Amino acid sequence: MSDNGFQDVGLGWLEGSGVHSDIVLSTRVRLARNLQGHAFAARVRDGEREEILDLVRAAVQETALSGGAGYELSATPILGRRLLHERHLISRELAGLAGDTPPLGSGLFMDPQGGVGVMVNEEDHLRLQVILSGLRLHDAFHRVDELDEELGVQLPFAYHQEYGYLTSCPTNVGTGLRASILIHLPGLVLTKEIGKVLQGIGQVGLTFRGLYGEGSEVVGNFFQISNQTTLGKSEEDLVEHLQKIVGRVIQYEMGAREILMRDAPTVIEDKIWRAYGLLRYARSLSFDEVMNLLSGVRLGMSMNLLSGLRVYTLNKLMIFARDAHLEQAAGRPLREAESDLHRAAYVRRVLATEGDVSADAVDAQDDRETS
Amino acid sequence: MQCESCGERDASIHYTQIEKNEMQTLHLCEQCAAEKGLQPGVHAGSFPLTDFLAQMGRSGPEAPSSGPCAFCGLTLDDFKKSGRLGCSHCYVTFDAHLGGLLRRLHGGTQHVGKVYLPPDPSRAEQQERLAGLRRKLDRAVQSEDFERAAQIRDLIRTMEGAA
Ligand SMILES: [Zn+2]
Ligand SMILES: [Zn+2]
Repeated sequence: MSDNGFQDVGLGWLEGSGVHSDIVLSTRVRLARNLQGHAFAARVRDGEREEILDLVRAAVQETALSGGAGYELSATPILGRRLLHERHLISRELAGLAGDTPPLGSGLFMDPQGGVGVMVNEEDHLRLQVILSGLRLHDAFHRVDELDEELGVQLPFAYHQEYGYLTSCPTNVGTGLRASILIHLPGLVLTKEIGKVLQGIGQVGLTFRGLYGEGSEVVGNFFQISNQTTLGKSEEDLVEHLQKIVGRVIQYEMGAREILMRDAPTVIEDKIWRAYGLLRYARSLSFDEVMNLLSGVRLGMSMNLLSGLRVYTLNKLMIFARDAHLEQAAGRPLREAESDLHRAAYVRRVLATEGDVSADAVDAQDDRETS
Repeated sequence: MQCESCGERDASIHYTQIEKNEMQTLHLCEQCAAEKGLQPGVHAGSFPLTDFLAQMGRSGPEAPSSGPCAFCGLTLDDFKKSGRLGCSHCYVTFDAHLGGLLRRLHGGTQHVGKVYLPPDPSRAEQQERLAGLRRKLDRAVQSEDFERAAQIRDLIRTMEGAA
């Protein structure tokens, strides 16, 4: 397997296209599949993981993944694994970030465009996945469905008449489908409506979690919403239900933003401009700080208070300002304090070249305040 | 920093909010944040598989005890501890215990999504697959995705031609 470098692998979703891409950062759909005749992850024999990786490696050559990047993770240097993890392409376990290198047989295959891929020997033998920009649930399912059709012809999947596709964990059995969207909800957090909305989500068969930073705290008002059940409904119905609820959450978020601008416009504008100012000029930034500031700037861009900024620029900062990406750019390991300096320098450089907000926005604000 | 709500535990969640046009940052411990609905993923959002596992066999008549899985050696106790099955045969071995668990987890036990066609399908498997494709075609037509409907129709024709 050749490691084809890491330059752009899996970064297509940063482009900022797709519906509501200012609020919904990305759509991800994954399908869990296991091979007949092999035990699941918890019970595999010695050498069985490598056999499974060989089978999948041969099969992907006959699919849309042929000619794309392939990584045998136990042989991939730690920096490469951290990069893939920061891009949400492999889990923490598969990246071996707990300290040990990943066990033999851990793998990742991506299509040449880098949107669709397969994780090998995670909790299930195969985890087919796709990440797209914006809110594109049906499109995402169709793409991963096509890959599933192609792989299913090559590989005998474990399937049961009643229970459908069999998975290691009974919470994934049936369709094996987990569709999720990453959504930015600062309006609901600031108006303190977020608890109610998230509770509502939990009551309609969906689940959510905050986006965590380097530590255990939720950063940047980013939330991931996914389907909770996988059995008893068709893939299309699961995806459509999520689509419908996410549409409603977006409406609540827009409503909250209107209320904020009606009741506290100066506070909001000040918060947004402070966030922009810090990102644009600060000399040292932790990753969590960047995420929280990007939340403010994203809100400003979304409400047309900071014109001249593109979704792509803000998405890019969320990935390339992370530790492993900074180390790759620096060409050497960075200590924590050093990392914060590199991060601030990187953010400044990006905002100076592609994130200069137009003076019109400033003038419009000044006009209103003096009138 | 101490939690501003209970004053006991360490604050690890920092939420900025607006009250009376003033910006405030709340410093809370995970527990208090969860109680205020501010930290997803801990209470409302987490998947209660462990709760369901604990309930296994408590409701209804006790399912007959089954020995370890003949293929992978997993026992029912292993499963209750880890929440993970050992292989596809486990679904047959522990069927009596799994039906109720799957119903509580998912609300049903019958898969109605894609029908898998193995590389060397039997006649029955082909019929199942055709029925599944026809359901899929109906869904595509219903959602007016005609491009996709056409693709599925082609698949059905190819299969019918080969049968
Ligand atoms: Zn507390
Ligand atoms: Zn088994």
